[in-house]
Amino acid sequence: MRFVLSDDQRDFASSLDSLLASSDTVSVARAWADGDSAPGLKLWSRLAEQGVNALVVPEGSGGMGASPVELAIAFELLGKHAVPGPWVESAAYLPLALGDAATVEALAEGAIGTVAAPPHVPYALDADVADRVFLAADGVLSAATAGGLTRSVDGARRLFPVTAGSTFVELVETKAEAAFDLAVLATSAQLLGLGERILADTVTYAKQRRQFGREIGSYQAIKHQLADVRIALDFARPLVQGAALVSSTRSTAESSTASTNDRARDVSAAKVACADAAYLASRTGLQVHGAIGYTQEFELSLWITKVRALVTAWGTPAFHRGRVLRSLVETDGER
Amino acid sequence: MDLTLSESELAFQAEARAWLEANVPAEPLPSMDTEAGWAAHQAWEAKLAEARWSVVSWPHDYHGREASLIEWVIFEEEYYRAGAPGRVSQNGIFLLAPIIFDHGTQEQRDRFLPSMATGEKIWAQAWSEPEAGSDLASLKSTARRDDERGGWLLNGQKTWSSRATFAHWGFGLFRSDPEAERHNGLTYFLFPLDAEGVTVRPIAQLDGEAGFAEIFFEDVFVPDADVLGAPGDGWRVAMSTAGNERGLSLRSPGRFCAAADRLVELYKSQLTSGNPPVEPVETHADGVVDAWIKARAYRLYTWGTVTRLADGGELGAAGSVNKVFWSELDIALHETALDLLGPEAETESRWLDGYTFSLSGPIYAGTNEIQRNIVAERILGLPREPKGASR
Repeated sequence: MRFVLSDDQRDFASSLDSLLASSDTVSVARAWADGDSAPGLKLWSRLAEQGVNALVVPEGSGGMGASPVELAIAFELLGKHAVPGPWVESAAYLPLALGDAATVEALAEGAIGTVAAPPHVPYALDADVADRVFLAADGVLSAATAGGLTRSVDGARRLFPVTAGSTFVELVETKAEAAFDLAVLATSAQLLGLGERILADTVTYAKQRRQFGREIGSYQAIKHQLADVRIALDFARPLVQGAALVSSTRSTAESSTASTNDRARDVSAAKVACADAAYLASRTGLQVHGAIGYTQEFELSLWITKVRALVTAWGTPAFHRGRVLRSLVETDGER
Repeated sequence: MDLTLSESELAFQAEARAWLEANVPAEPLPSMDTEAGWAAHQAWEAKLAEARWSVVSWPHDYHGREASLIEWVIFEEEYYRAGAPGRVSQNGIFLLAPIIFDHGTQEQRDRFLPSMATGEKIWAQAWSEPEAGSDLASLKSTARRDDERGGWLLNGQKTWSSRATFAHWGFGLFRSDPEAERHNGLTYFLFPLDAEGVTVRPIAQLDGEAGFAEIFFEDVFVPDADVLGAPGDGWRVAMSTAGNERGLSLRSPGRFCAAADRLVELYKSQLTSGNPPVEPVETHADGVVDAWIKARAYRLYTWGTVTRLADGGELGAAGSVNKVFWSELDIALHETALDLLGPEAETESRWLDGYTFSLSGPIYAGTNEIQRNIVAERILGLPREPKGASR
């Protein structure tokens, strides 16, 4: 019984954090939104060299063979630094969904994959820069062709409708579920990172900005709102870590129905809590910044718009609450 | 990261579960804030103590099992899962005892802890005063030196003293140095509630029961032997973190998980009850789901805290994060239960009792406003409010 990150995991987090902090990810994200993918692709390759793309790929297929706990650590940091690109698709969903070892190996080495998986994921993210585009529907995973760009509230999420091509592989249901759940976990961790970033930046701002002769962060009206964000994030994180643990112990073992239910329930609980906490952070962050926060030029806009997009990505809050409810009503509430 | 229990922890869990299954009263005891309920709860404490379950983390010599923090959390989970009675000895064993262990003399430990563990002597807290609530350090009750008799004379008034109506002993802070201000010059006293000069006046709470009381002190003599820690050092003694780790700041997750599971059962039974509902039962589904998710979050969060404490870390201001979260969860969970009960919600039930009790959560043990200030200042590092600011 040890529910804290190991030293190795903390080291991994801090080295990835420093790499991203020194990569001017804000400029990368802005360029990506403007259709200039060069800086983003450069960062993508750099992260691939660090093994981020290969985390959950088994060692036999050229991957790191790491656990979903490490995946969650990486995605929290991708969120914190607003790194653009189809990360959830390439590093979480596709490695589990694909049966094709060659494609999984290519993804592990840094090839860019994306996927639409309706109804929850109606568009393929960043299909214009992807090496492989897929459509997961009706029990098959097809190579797909992308249509025209559809704009997201988050400019750095470039969405494309897709149509199925002629080559396809059967998508085994258990694999599709495991892949979806891992994508949900990764998205939850990203939301957590976005929330942490917004809180940190807002606290910094509240310590500098002065009105009525003192820092606005000294007023209780501000303090209490920011404290509530701290509290919401603190209680969302263990749900992500707990769901990651369930995903790692259960995805390797033969998946019984009961354990698949636990995994679905736990990743959904994490997504609900992370979406709520990150959304609270974004609303509070905007309010505390005031008008400057409501500008595109100010960095805060990057995190706020991404939170809004991810709240409904890979399953809406209502869908995930429904999944938790079903698991509670159908089994007894044993945890 | 690893959430599995060791062999010995599993054995401890199985032993606790078996004993509780065999011994927890089938029917809930009457409220501990009534005379009959008080006696029944005291008898339950004695029964727990006899089997060494009343204070599992204490040393063997004081009726404990020297259980680890992990085992303590396990025991608490089993306790609430079994639907066992509320702990009438809670103020003593969770709030006062850790301070006696850390700051008391050997003589005090030997004299006070055994009867606290068996429930023979129940302790009441005496912190707040009519003019000192959130601003506890502004307290005015005094302790005057009586060198002749070797002790102190207490005067003043305490209020909102939980359990004081029927309790045997009290503990609290008094101003022993009239020249000193605020946190300085306070002394931590232990005193029998039947001492000469003590008057206890019960106060009916929201639910009509005398869960707390006012205590009046008129030249109440307390010998030096009943001062906890050094005279004048009371604030530091009272605020030492050890006192909170296993008590209110680390409120056991068991109670919320058990309540969330009961809420799920209530939802299911309302779904299938056949009574035509006023509104579709599913209207309340989100409340049920959110309560369950938060109870689970609280449980996992607590395992993280327990791991850090076991590694030698300190709880510190994280206790305030905890307190705001569980107190709001407790209310939301009970509100959802009342929503599910529909027009029956206002009639007597365990859920209604639980709801009424939950309303006090954001107020006692430091209001949630004070806790949010602590989170903002000590964790986020936001500037303190200037002294005397009116905004």
